[in-house]
Amino acid sequence: MPTEISRREAQRLIGAGAQVLDVLEFSEYRESHLPGAVHIHLRRLAEQAREKLDADRTVVVYCYDYA
Amino acid sequence: MSPRAAARLESLGFREVYDHAAGKLDWFAAGLPIEGEVTSEVRIGQLVRGDTPSCTLEDRLGEVRQRVESAGWDQAVVLDGRRVLLGWLGRDALSRDPSAEVETVMLEGPKTLRPNESPGETASWMDGKGVDSVLVTSSDGTFLGVLRRGDLDVPRQGELGAGA
Repeated sequence: MPTEISRREAQRLIGAGAQVLDVLEFSEYRESHLPGAVHIHLRRLAEQAREKLDADRTVVVYCYDYA
Repeated sequence: MSPRAAARLESLGFREVYDHAAGKLDWFAAGLPIEGEVTSEVRIGQLVRGDTPSCTLEDRLGEVRQRVESAGWDQAVVLDGRRVLLGWLGRDALSRDPSAEVETVMLEGPKTLRPNESPGETASWMDGKGVDSVLVTSSDGTFLGVLRRGDLDVPRQGELGAGA
């Protein structure tokens, strides 16, 4: 089960080279996203995840907020 | 949405997946760097004055007032060791008994804004409330600075259309 992390922990992991994944709508990603984030909408994950991300490296996933 | 995405990644064979559940909103509210189209828009976090005089709960008011005046300010913020905002001292509080401890005269829980707010909306809010300055903190309460109404390049309400 994926671990929920705080912003500070996310900062630390991203600073250490983790991949960052934004799963919001593309229009929201285009408007603003975390530095270096890759975009894959939730519905396209199975199709695009291995193409855009390295499964052997750490991934930090985010959306808009807790909702 | 991100918990489902993280779980799905794991099911696809990704070995180390973390869910930053507080998400983009929390990141931006902390004043951290962002990328994308909105990065060219000015946000209030870029306009705050970070040189605001600060003090601790235990400081004596007289000493704080001296520092505030010599720095050319009219207010001070009360911070803990991690720079989390605990209170605020305005003109009235600063004019009280110099021997008083800051904790006994400060305003507890002052109103704060996040650094990702837009200057236009902030100006409207400040004009509506009749305030000339507001404190800006990150989402975890860390003090970032004081925003002066005059530092917002937005006409005051009532000035719009003046002379037209």
